[in-house]
Amino acid sequence: MSDRIADPVRFIDERTAAAPAIKKALRYLFPDHWSFLLGEIALYAFIVLIATGTYLALFFEPSVAKTVYHGSYAPLRGREMSEAYKSVLEISLTYKAGLLIRQTHHWAADVFMASIVLHLMRVFFTGAFRKPRELTYLIGLLLLFTSLLEGYLGYSLVDDLLSGIGLAIGYGVLLSLPFVGGPLGILIFGSTFPGKGVFESRMYIAHVFLIPALLATLIGLHLALVAARHHTQFRRDRRHTQRRLVGVPMFPGQAPRSLALLLIVAAVLFLLGGLVQINPIWQWGPFEPWLATNGAQPDWYLGWLIGALRLMPSFDVVVGHYTLIPNPFWGGVAFPLLVLFVLGAFPWIERRLTGDRSSHNLLDRPRDAPNRTAFGVAFLTWVFLVFVFGASDRVYVLFGLSYETLLTAFRVAIWVVPALAFLVVRRLCLQLQHADRIEERREEAEQEAEREHAERVRRREPVL
Amino acid sequence: MSRPAQSPSRRRARPLGAGRLLAMAIALVPVGAGVALAASQNGIVRPTYEPPKPTVALGEELFNANCASCHGIGGTGIEHPRATAGDISGAGPSLKGVGAMAADFYLRNGFMPLENIHTQPGRRRVLFTRKEIAALTAYVAALGNGPGVPHPQPGGGDISEGFKAFTEDCAGCHQSVARGGYVTGARVPPLQKLGPTEIAEAVRIGPYLMPRFTSHQISDPQLNSIIRYVQWTNRPDNRGGWSIGNLGPIPEGLIAWLAAIVLGALCLALGKRFSA
Amino acid sequence: MRAKQLLVTLMALAFGRRRSRDPEQKAREEESPQGRIVPAGEPDRGAELLVVGLLALATLFAAGFIVVYGEMGPTKTLNTLLGVCIAGALACIAAALAVIARRLIVTEEIEEEYPEESPEEQREIVQLVHDSGSRFTRRKLLVGAAATAGSALGLAGLTPVLSLGPLWDTVPLEATPWYRGRRLVDPGGHPMLASDIEEETFYTAFPQGADPENIGSSLVVIRLAPSALKLPHGRETWAPYGILAFSRICTHAGCAIELYRKPRFQPVEPKPALVCPCHYSTFDPATGATVVYGPAGRPLPQLPVMIDPDGHLAAAGDFSGRVGPAWWGVRAKPS
Repeated sequence: MSDRIADPVRFIDERTAAAPAIKKALRYLFPDHWSFLLGEIALYAFIVLIATGTYLALFFEPSVAKTVYHGSYAPLRGREMSEAYKSVLEISLTYKAGLLIRQTHHWAADVFMASIVLHLMRVFFTGAFRKPRELTYLIGLLLLFTSLLEGYLGYSLVDDLLSGIGLAIGYGVLLSLPFVGGPLGILIFGSTFPGKGVFESRMYIAHVFLIPALLATLIGLHLALVAARHHTQFRRDRRHTQRRLVGVPMFPGQAPRSLALLLIVAAVLFLLGGLVQINPIWQWGPFEPWLATNGAQPDWYLGWLIGALRLMPSFDVVVGHYTLIPNPFWGGVAFPLLVLFVLGAFPWIERRLTGDRSSHNLLDRPRDAPNRTAFGVAFLTWVFLVFVFGASDRVYVLFGLSYETLLTAFRVAIWVVPALAFLVVRRLCLQLQHADRIEERREEAEQEAEREHAERVRRREPVL
Repeated sequence: MSRPAQSPSRRRARPLGAGRLLAMAIALVPVGAGVALAASQNGIVRPTYEPPKPTVALGEELFNANCASCHGIGGTGIEHPRATAGDISGAGPSLKGVGAMAADFYLRNGFMPLENIHTQPGRRRVLFTRKEIAALTAYVAALGNGPGVPHPQPGGGDISEGFKAFTEDCAGCHQSVARGGYVTGARVPPLQKLGPTEIAEAVRIGPYLMPRFTSHQISDPQLNSIIRYVQWTNRPDNRGGWSIGNLGPIPEGLIAWLAAIVLGALCLALGKRFSA
Repeated sequence: MRAKQLLVTLMALAFGRRRSRDPEQKAREEESPQGRIVPAGEPDRGAELLVVGLLALATLFAAGFIVVYGEMGPTKTLNTLLGVCIAGALACIAAALAVIARRLIVTEEIEEEYPEESPEEQREIVQLVHDSGSRFTRRKLLVGAAATAGSALGLAGLTPVLSLGPLWDTVPLEATPWYRGRRLVDPGGHPMLASDIEEETFYTAFPQGADPENIGSSLVVIRLAPSALKLPHGRETWAPYGILAFSRICTHAGCAIELYRKPRFQPVEPKPALVCPCHYSTFDPATGATVVYGPAGRPLPQLPVMIDPDGHLAAAGDFSGRVGPAWWGVRAKPS
């Protein structure tokens, strides 16, 4: 007798002996809470990135050899430009569906980074990074920072005016590394910026192969570690404990939901790709090192770095004839590394400060750990204010708040506001805890009264 | 609208050492107390009788009442700020030789009169009537031998050449799609509301902190191309969809975060919440 | 209208194949000793129909995508329609799945122990390694030798990477195409006449016959009244008639200095300055482009200019300092 399900299952198991593993995977438990899906958004955006990126790679020409544009777009006709820029013009303006795929790819990158940040916030504020999940957390951070580089290389490949300016700043930041900066810049670019044409192919192989392969490996590790230790959970009722996990099995409960989310993410990204224009490179024109456009900005996820570069006061650390530390080092290298270090070391810092070395499968609500929550909000505020300052020139153009005034204000605010945020949030958490305790006591008292009432009814005593 | 008589000589290459000949007109509004003229609501002082047609004489009367406190009687300029009526200091460049072009540009766009000599002149409400502007322009043109109002022909320009020249000479301050920007000490205006004449005037005059470009640097045909490009930026090719202002990554980042938050909200629909 | 017809047909198909209860399923349940794995639930015909309808809609959207693709042309950029079609198809299937998850599948919550640590296996692994190595007597030496061999092999493997570029070369950072007598040309390649250079404006210049993309090539040329100059000591002859040439590449992070602000009326307006549009480093040309605002750490390198016998502008030497963003040792004087 043939069976459409049983036959393939038997076929696979007879040849791989995988039935026990498959059954275990199908019954893998997912604790049910909406915030556990934020990381999945990032994963699905990554899938969209791989799919659209592969398509784009078929048309992109990673060469800065000079050519002249004779295409349909009038404002660029007759302009000398690189093969790379021309091929992206063709993708955007000539090939059918090319613009949709390119815009979706770019939107997917922007949303990918945003969802990673949301996921990181969820993990941080619920204490999900604690033992036994520190490695998962560290790999997640590594994913975030590797993705920053991947995105930067992605838009830098295009060789339009905006990306060229971004690359020049990247070169400046690279050169600012103490001692090794200069020679390292020459090694990576093959010469001084913009290089002798070798850099484009290096960026290309890094963007389409090396870093995606690294990201995929890290994502695999991240998920494997999650699965090995299982998910954390909130304590919704008495069934949820440090030792017992309550969840919806992968099949049939979770699978359609996750698949739906994958498709929703793809739908939103393609909708953005169709409806909202992103990085219209034909409007920026080709890059030359002597050209500029006002208020050149990186993609949003590097906005905190331009903010930091702009906020730094003017100085190089100099001894005699030697520049020890050029200025861009502080905003472009030291600041992001400090953020990475603080986030990465946080599980161990918290362990040292609280003395809590035990394993945790139950999550905190943010209010349950007032110090952690307050510190997290303060730290986030600090980075966020630096980020916002990166857009202050546009704020000036749109709202008339003078850039110079904003610079002075932000130099103060980035220190004062996080300190205030810490105090306010800590107070708020303690208040919420207090309210919880009152609520708990009230509930206990009510239950007690009910029991007494029932007891009296049972004993036929007069009810008060 | 009748245009004032145009100065016949268009300026060509200047000899070495030619300094700033064109100068900005800075005027003071709330003056004229004691002058036997009627002050209107917005501070402009008008002669009690205005002739039906703009004349140099009317221009002179208006100039003396509204502009001379900064530009000096006869447009000789006031180099060092000095107190005038109402404790407001007045100072302004000489207008001799700036020609009709400068007067036309500053007055027709509301750059002048300026409330405070230390503020950045910019597009404001135009306080003078068309006739008054014509009269003032004629008066300033008559102060010395200066350039007349230009008449660019952007239709004959080449948009590709214009885009290239704009990127080389203008985009550093005005942004690639002419959305404006910032330069230390000043706000750089977007160019979408400007007509061809204003663009040509601004390029040749260099108002406020903007450099001025002679026909040596940017020839008249090149200027036509640049104007054609700037006008194109009013409605650039946004075939990708909603342009979000043609500002680059800042609004794009906002939209990306909006999308991420919408997706997060959809997670709320798919997963449990605390209250559930 | 067609969509509606298709929907009805699909519904009929769905109804036609619907059986009251799958007999095979019944048989399996009776055979299985544990009974069901997933608890039973009530059928929901409305939900099933909804799923079929959504899938039909998704099919239409996907077909629409193909049609729009076919309709696109050089003059018809149907990007928006194309995006809406594919997004619509994806969203409809997502909605169908959501309906399945909520109404057609039993979503039960089950419990399970978290995985525990395994001290016994940990001990066994340690013992396994110790036991296996019991015949080694000179462990430290062996480990050291293995580590050395491994590192050497690793280094050898990385060595070919050096072909990518010079490992430790700072010469390109110091080189510029400028030398005494090299003429300045405009972006069109024409030599620049000193008499054409005016005040209150700025010019882009390159070395004649050199690669304009070289970071040391491009210049910003301006002219100030000679009386306004306060150049550093030793640069008295660098600016004939007040003509100043600076590297166009910002010393902060390498963007192009394409902003020249100049006051129309000096007494009340900011003084002339060269500005970088990336982080707004601001340089005062009168004092040799020293930093007056923004994050840059050192002045723009100044190129000494001279006027050759034909009246053309030419370099009178190399820059006053290193061009481009700063690196370790950038301040060493050019030899």
